[in-house]
Amino acid sequence: MTDKPEPFDPAEERRRIIAGRNKALGLTLLACVVLFFAITMVKMNL
Amino acid sequence: MSIPHSHAAALPASWRDFFALTKPRVMTLVIFTGLCGLLAAPVRINPVVGFVAILCIAVGAGGAAALNQWWEADIDAGMKRTRNRPLPSGRMERESARDFGVMLSAASVMVMGLGVSWLCAAILAGSIFYYSVVYTVWLKPRTPQNIVIGGGAGAFPPLIGWVAATGHVSLMPVLLFTIIFMWTPPHFWALALFVKTDYAKVGIPMMPVVAGERSTRRQMLVYSILLLPITLLPWWVGDTGALYGISAALLSGAFLIFAIRVWLRERQGEEDRMVPEKQMFAFSVFYLFALFGALVADRWLVMPGVLH
Repeated sequence: MTDKPEPFDPAEERRRIIAGRNKALGLTLLACVVLFFAITMVKMNL
Repeated sequence: MSIPHSHAAALPASWRDFFALTKPRVMTLVIFTGLCGLLAAPVRINPVVGFVAILCIAVGAGGAAALNQWWEADIDAGMKRTRNRPLPSGRMERESARDFGVMLSAASVMVMGLGVSWLCAAILAGSIFYYSVVYTVWLKPRTPQNIVIGGGAGAFPPLIGWVAATGHVSLMPVLLFTIIFMWTPPHFWALALFVKTDYAKVGIPMMPVVAGERSTRRQMLVYSILLLPITLLPWWVGDTGALYGISAALLSGAFLIFAIRVWLRERQGEEDRMVPEKQMFAFSVFYLFALFGALVADRWLVMPGVLH
């Protein structure tokens, strides 16, 4: 018993890629927030 | 320099393509040597500041790599080794790569300046300019000495790491810079010897293509001979202990033996598998990791007296 391969849907693929990019960008921005907070604490000697 | 736009980006580039644009494998070496420069410095740095310095070195290297691939998309398309990169394969539009590279480069310099020091930021900016413009745009397509001078770009990370910790440029970071500078030509020419046909095909004047294999092998030997005393200099000037000194002597001696093997032979026809050249390339990567690893181990174990 073998499953039929899913037909390639460009619209679905585009949606999946953009969702992945958005997640990566979101995580990068979050990391930047944490990084700037840490730098500020160090510079203020807190 | 034209990738047909009809072929490019039928689908948007994924985050993996952007990540690939930063040349993660090269970045590993950059992070390692930068970290070694930072850890080998005689001054302890705040861990957050140290992390920011290494992050900025890595991001700056990634930005420079993206700009390199933006500029060389057509050249990459003509070589087997690089034709599957995001731009030549048509998975990404060229403007995206250019903008990504500029953004990473600018961000890394800004954060380095704000978080570490503006001296480090200036050196980082200089290294990005050196790789993206002096090497990629100017030297690489014009002279077979491209690797010699362009190798300077890869020599900056330990210098920046050291300066991040100490706050100033001194003899030791310049020596670390010089070690990588002298290591780059034999390392890269070993690779160029066994991918010679690819470079010749796209018209890049690599040393084996322009000066011939005999001359390339001789020059690899000259750089390897020069590398031996240069790697011992940090020990001679007293900035490192015996662990580094002995490791440097053994590693550089082995490197020289590989270079002599490559110098003594000639390509045996088109079927030659170029095994000594491939072995020398593989050893050169190990060599740099081991040499800088020994430098850090020496600073943390021998100099404070943990080992005698």
